[in-house]
Amino acid sequence: MNPVNYLYLAALLFAIGATGVLIRRNVIVVFMCVELMLNACNLAFVAFARLHGNLDGQIIAFFTMVVAAAEVVVGLAIIVSLFRSRHSASVDDASLMKL
Amino acid sequence: MSATAVHSLWTTAADPIDKIDAPNIEYGQLAPTLIVIGAAVIGVLIEAFVPRKSRYYAQLFVSVVALAAAFAAVVALAAGGYGTTKARIAAMGAIAVDGPALFLQGTILLAGLVAIFTFAERKLDPVAHGNRVDSFVAQAGAVPGSEGEQAATKAGFATTEVFPLALFAIGGMLVFPSANDLLTFFIALEVFSLPLYLLCALARRKRLMSQEAAVKYFLLGAFASAFTLFGIALIYGYAGSVSYGTVAKVVDGTITTVDPALAGTMGNDALLLIGSAMIVMGLLFKVGAVPFHMWTPDVYQGAPTPVTGFMAAATKVAAFGALLRLLYVVLPGLRWDWRPVMYGVAVITMLGGAIVAITQTDIKRLLAYSSIAHAGFILAGVIATTKDGVSSVLFYLGAYSFVTIGAFAVVTLVRDAGGEATHLSKWAGLGRRSPLVAAVFAVFLLAFAGIPLTSGFSGKFAVFKAAAEGGAGALVVVGVISSAIAAFFYIRVIVLMFFSEPKADGPTVAVPSPLTMTAIGLGVAVTLVLGVAPQYFLDLASQSGVFVR
Repeated sequence: MNPVNYLYLAALLFAIGATGVLIRRNVIVVFMCVELMLNACNLAFVAFARLHGNLDGQIIAFFTMVVAAAEVVVGLAIIVSLFRSRHSASVDDASLMKL
Repeated sequence: MSATAVHSLWTTAADPIDKIDAPNIEYGQLAPTLIVIGAAVIGVLIEAFVPRKSRYYAQLFVSVVALAAAFAAVVALAAGGYGTTKARIAAMGAIAVDGPALFLQGTILLAGLVAIFTFAERKLDPVAHGNRVDSFVAQAGAVPGSEGEQAATKAGFATTEVFPLALFAIGGMLVFPSANDLLTFFIALEVFSLPLYLLCALARRKRLMSQEAAVKYFLLGAFASAFTLFGIALIYGYAGSVSYGTVAKVVDGTITTVDPALAGTMGNDALLLIGSAMIVMGLLFKVGAVPFHMWTPDVYQGAPTPVTGFMAAATKVAAFGALLRLLYVVLPGLRWDWRPVMYGVAVITMLGGAIVAITQTDIKRLLAYSSIAHAGFILAGVIATTKDGVSSVLFYLGAYSFVTIGAFAVVTLVRDAGGEATHLSKWAGLGRRSPLVAAVFAVFLLAFAGIPLTSGFSGKFAVFKAAAEGGAGALVVVGVISSAIAAFFYIRVIVLMFFSEPKADGPTVAVPSPLTMTAIGLGVAVTLVLGVAPQYFLDLASQSGVFVR
C-alpha cells in the first residue's frame, strides 16, 4: 500500500487530537488528546522512514515513545495534585488568575 | 515446500556482525552539559541516600559546584578557540560546538547559578516550627491546607528535589541552542520543559494558584511540543534526514546525492513550509511571542517567584538560541518566506506586550507582559539575518537574563502576612520605607525600559541597529514606539514607589540572606557594567556570532 495514505491518516489523527485539546474540558481527556497527537507524529515518522528507506524515522519514533512516557509521569503527577486539592478536573474551574 | 523456504518468508539469515563501530564522542567538548546532567543525577541520589537534615546543604553544594565547573568548562572551550576557529560539530553530528552555542551556554550557566542562589534562600519566610523554610512546599503530594501538609511542615520536610530538577532543566537548556539535528533539538526541548512544569507546581504559599499555573503550562507546553514534533516529522519527510546540515542543503538545493524518494519529496514545498512553520511555532511558544503568549502571565504569576525568574531568564536564552540556529543554519534558503512572518510576529509581540502591560495590577504579571515585549525586541534582532543580528541577540539575551532574575529576586523580598505582596497597590511608598530595595528595583525597571547607562539600552541599541542595517527600518520605528509605551508603565511603578505615601498596613521588606543579596547584587552589577562599558561584551558577542554547519 502506498505509504502516502499513512501520512493522510497521521494528519487526520493529529487534527483530531488538536481539536480535542481545544474543545474538551476535562484535563485528563485534553492530555489524552495530546498523546494522540504525539502518536500521530510517530505514524508520520514511520511512514516517512518507509518512504525514504532509511531508519531515522523509526529510531525517532522510539525516542518519541520515551518522551511521551516521561510526559505522562510529569503530567499525571501535576493533574492528580490539582484534582486532589480541587476535587475537579475541569480546565474551566482552574481560573484563579485572570486579568 | 521445504521448511527452510517457508521460514524464509518471515525470517532472514542473520549476518554475522563482525564489528560495530563505536561512536566517536568528544567528551571534552561536551563537558559543560555532561557535568550539569551528572550533577543532577548525583542530586537524585542525594535525595535517596542522604539524611533529610543534610540534604539541603548537600544539594546546594553539588548544584553550585557543578554549575561553576560547567561554566569553567565553557570558558576553557572558548579560550581554546572552539568559539571561533576550531568550531566544530561533535557527538556524531548531534551537537554543534561554536560561538553562539558557547556564549549562550555560558549565559545559561551563570543565570542558572544565580537562580540557584534564589532557590536556596531560606530567610524570607517566617520560621515554621523551628525550621527555616524556602519558597517551596514542604511536601508536594500533600493537599493544600490539609493536616498532611501541616504535619510535613512541622516535621521540617523540604522539597530539596528542586535542585536536581533545576539542574536537569539547565542541562536541557545547554543542549537546546547547540543541538545540530532535529531529534536532539526535540529531546532537549522536553528535557528542559518537563522539570520546569514540576517546579511551577511547588510554591509554598498560594499553592492552588501554583498548581493551576503548572497545569496550564504543562497542557499548553505539551500541545506546543506536539506541534513541534509534527513539524519535525514533516521536515524529515521533506529532506529524508533530521541533520541540520543535510536539511539545509536540501532546502537550498545544493545537495549532491539525490535518491528517487528524496527527488519525489524535495519538490513538495507544502511539507517544508508547513513543517518549518510548526517547528517555529513551538519555539515562539517557548519564548512567549504573541500570539503564542497566553500562558506567560498566568504561569509567571502562579509559579514560585524564584522559579519565575529562572524560567523568564534561562528559557528565553535557550529558546532564542535554538530559534537562531534553526533560522540561520537550517532555513536560510527559506528566509524570503520566514522573514515577513517573523517581522509580523515581532511587531505584534512588541506592541501587544507593551500595551497590555499598562493595564496590569500585579507586579509579576506586569513583568510577564514586559518579558513578552522583550521577546519582540529580541525578534527584531533575529530577523536582521546578518552576523550583527546574531551577536546583538546574544548580547541582549545576556543582558536581559540578569536583569530579570534580579527583578524577580526583589519581588520575593516585599512581603506581607500572605507571603509575597505582589499587588501593585501594596508597593506604594516602598521608596520611603526601604529606599535601598526600591532603588535597586528602580535600576532594574530602568534597564527594562532601556534608559541609557543601563544594560537594557546597550542591548536595545544593538538589536535595533542590526535590524535597521538588515533592512527592517520600519520595524525599528515600531520598536522605539513600543519602548516608549513600555517606559510608561515602568516609570509608573517607580513613581508609585517613590512619590506616594506608604500605607499603614503596607508590606514589609524582608532582609535576605547573602544568597539573594548576591543574586540581586550581581544583577545590579551586570546591569550597570553592560550599560556603562558594554564594549568588551559586545566584542565578545560579535566574535561569537558565527554558526558552524
